[in-house]
Amino acid sequence: MAKVIIYPINSLILSDLVERFGHKPLAMMEKIKEKVNTVGVDSPPLNITAEEPKMGLKYAAVEVPAGVRGRMAIVGPMIDEAEAAVIVNEASMAFGCMGCARTNELTKYLIRKKEIPILEVEYPRSEEEGQEFVYKIAEFLKSLPPEDKV
Amino acid sequence: MSLNATGSELMDSEEDVITKIVVISSDSVLPIDAAMKVYQSETAITIKETCFGTMVTGPRNAVDRVVDELRAMDMNHVFVKERGFRPGDERRCRAVRGGGPRPGFHYLREEVQMLPMIGKALDAYDKHVPLAEIHRAKKIEVKKLKDIIESNI
Repeated sequence: MAKVIIYPINSLILSDLVERFGHKPLAMMEKIKEKVNTVGVDSPPLNITAEEPKMGLKYAAVEVPAGVRGRMAIVGPMIDEAEAAVIVNEASMAFGCMGCARTNELTKYLIRKKEIPILEVEYPRSEEEGQEFVYKIAEFLKSLPPEDKV
Repeated sequence: MSLNATGSELMDSEEDVITKIVVISSDSVLPIDAAMKVYQSETAITIKETCFGTMVTGPRNAVDRVVDELRAMDMNHVFVKERGFRPGDERRCRAVRGGGPRPGFHYLREEVQMLPMIGKALDAYDKHVPLAEIHRAKKIEVKKLKDIIESNI
């Protein structure tokens, strides 16, 4: 089972497809769960401690806006952990709730820089494209090693 | 317990309780069918019925087992993802926040609209249907655009 990072990082469809084809999706939701459920809230509503900005500095320079560094404190460790990646380009949902465009660019850049199997697909806009989208992701996920690395 | 304990340390020491969002996009299974299936299960889990499906909260093993049962109802048309916050969490629940969609709902709604297409594609993949030829809209050439502009003058 490979750890597959998905982009958009909170996508229902990608998270489901990765799990469906027998791998572990690395998604934002799980990390957020850790942040909100850990006892001893330092700064509600999320459990942000003084460690987070330091972790963010590993991925983005100090001149980079704090929002990017804060987001990278959560996304960065996921990229480090990833053994494969599925990136959907031009997803309309990546605008809005997913917030910061610069974080998104940095996330994609760091994933591409890492030497792991990466699949990049375009956001589907018709039924035929949707079929191609699913086929490509399914074939890619099937090509990943099914067992844990020793 | 130390206040500085990390999330993973806490999860090791306590029972790992998770929440999963189950989205139903099926012609044969309704969200209420999924909810009834969960009520029938013997495990101690909490569910919340929603307009798109259900949210299931409980110990990880129990939730995974129930989610597998739900998936089995219509394999390619039931979609699942984990959720960070529990249902009713005051930081997200709109009952406490004074109405309006909860943060993250717009994203989910956008994806829910795509699910029939994804479900159909998964059905086709299972049946080994070959990929249909895709006609992508090409960008218009500059020369052609110029011709159109000039023809209107």
